[in-house]
Amino acid sequence: MEGKMAVVGSAATIMVFKAAGVEAFPVADEKSARETLRKVARDHSVVFLAEEYAEPLQDLLRRFDEGAYPVVLPIPTGKETGYGEEFLKTVMERALGVDILFQK
Amino acid sequence: MARINVNPTRMELKKLKARLSTAVRGHKLLKDKSDEMVRRFTVLLREDRRLRDEVEGDLSAALKQFALAGALTPPYVQETAFSMPSAKIEAECGTESVMGVDVPTISLSETQAPAALPYAFSEITSEADDSVKMVSALLPKLLRLAAVEKAVRLLSYEIERNKRRVNALEYVMIPQLEETIKFIRDKLDENERAAIVRLMKVNTPVS
Repeated sequence: MEGKMAVVGSAATIMVFKAAGVEAFPVADEKSARETLRKVARDHSVVFLAEEYAEPLQDLLRRFDEGAYPVVLPIPTGKETGYGEEFLKTVMERALGVDILFQK
Repeated sequence: MARINVNPTRMELKKLKARLSTAVRGHKLLKDKSDEMVRRFTVLLREDRRLRDEVEGDLSAALKQFALAGALTPPYVQETAFSMPSAKIEAECGTESVMGVDVPTISLSETQAPAALPYAFSEITSEADDSVKMVSALLPKLLRLAAVEKAVRLLSYEIERNKRRVNALEYVMIPQLEETIKFIRDKLDENERAAIVRLMKVNTPVS
């Protein structure tokens, strides 16, 4: 199955993805990110989302977890948000109940 | 633990015994499933962490490079340079079953020839070329990370659900059934003893 790829984020950072051949959807704030993501997720299988929008749009991301597609991947775009570590901690806690990676 | 409200008859006893054995078997199967899912999950979790570390490093390098390019050219020039992408890539999407959970598998459609940069060299500085190339090279890894992360997410939900099922069987269903079976058995024994006593009474001659 062929799937389309898209990237959602601030205009300055996603330009480079556009040059690499990924469809780019620039957004300016949380509200427009929410609308764009909802629209884009309908006909794209893989969506890269700028990490700074992952936290405020959590409820929307949660809804994509019902099936295998669409896959929304928050990617770091310069602004450090600690999403990756946070994500690992959440799923680890949900599935195992213990911390097997960081062990602090 | 409350027992189920049933009539203490042999028929109910038989039914309950069948249900108990099913419950015990189901519990064992689900527990095995849970163990295996957790094993797979930890493997994927470690891979996710490794990939994310790599991607974060590479991507921030690429974006830094791109920001440099942006600093050297006026924004409108940059915009026109990037407004018409020449390359268009698609992802090959499939699904794979991990312990009954459908997880995505994604890869780049085909090894597309390194697409020509979508702009003229005169338009923008070479820093942009580098960053575009870096991102292109990074895409397979990004897709892999996307698939792994989604799999980790889906598995975590499934493990949680499965755990709930195992616990419901272990701490509710099975004790309940066991207690009810014991209750019926006691009751039947009691009836039997009563019947024997009654027979003995009947048999003793009236003095």
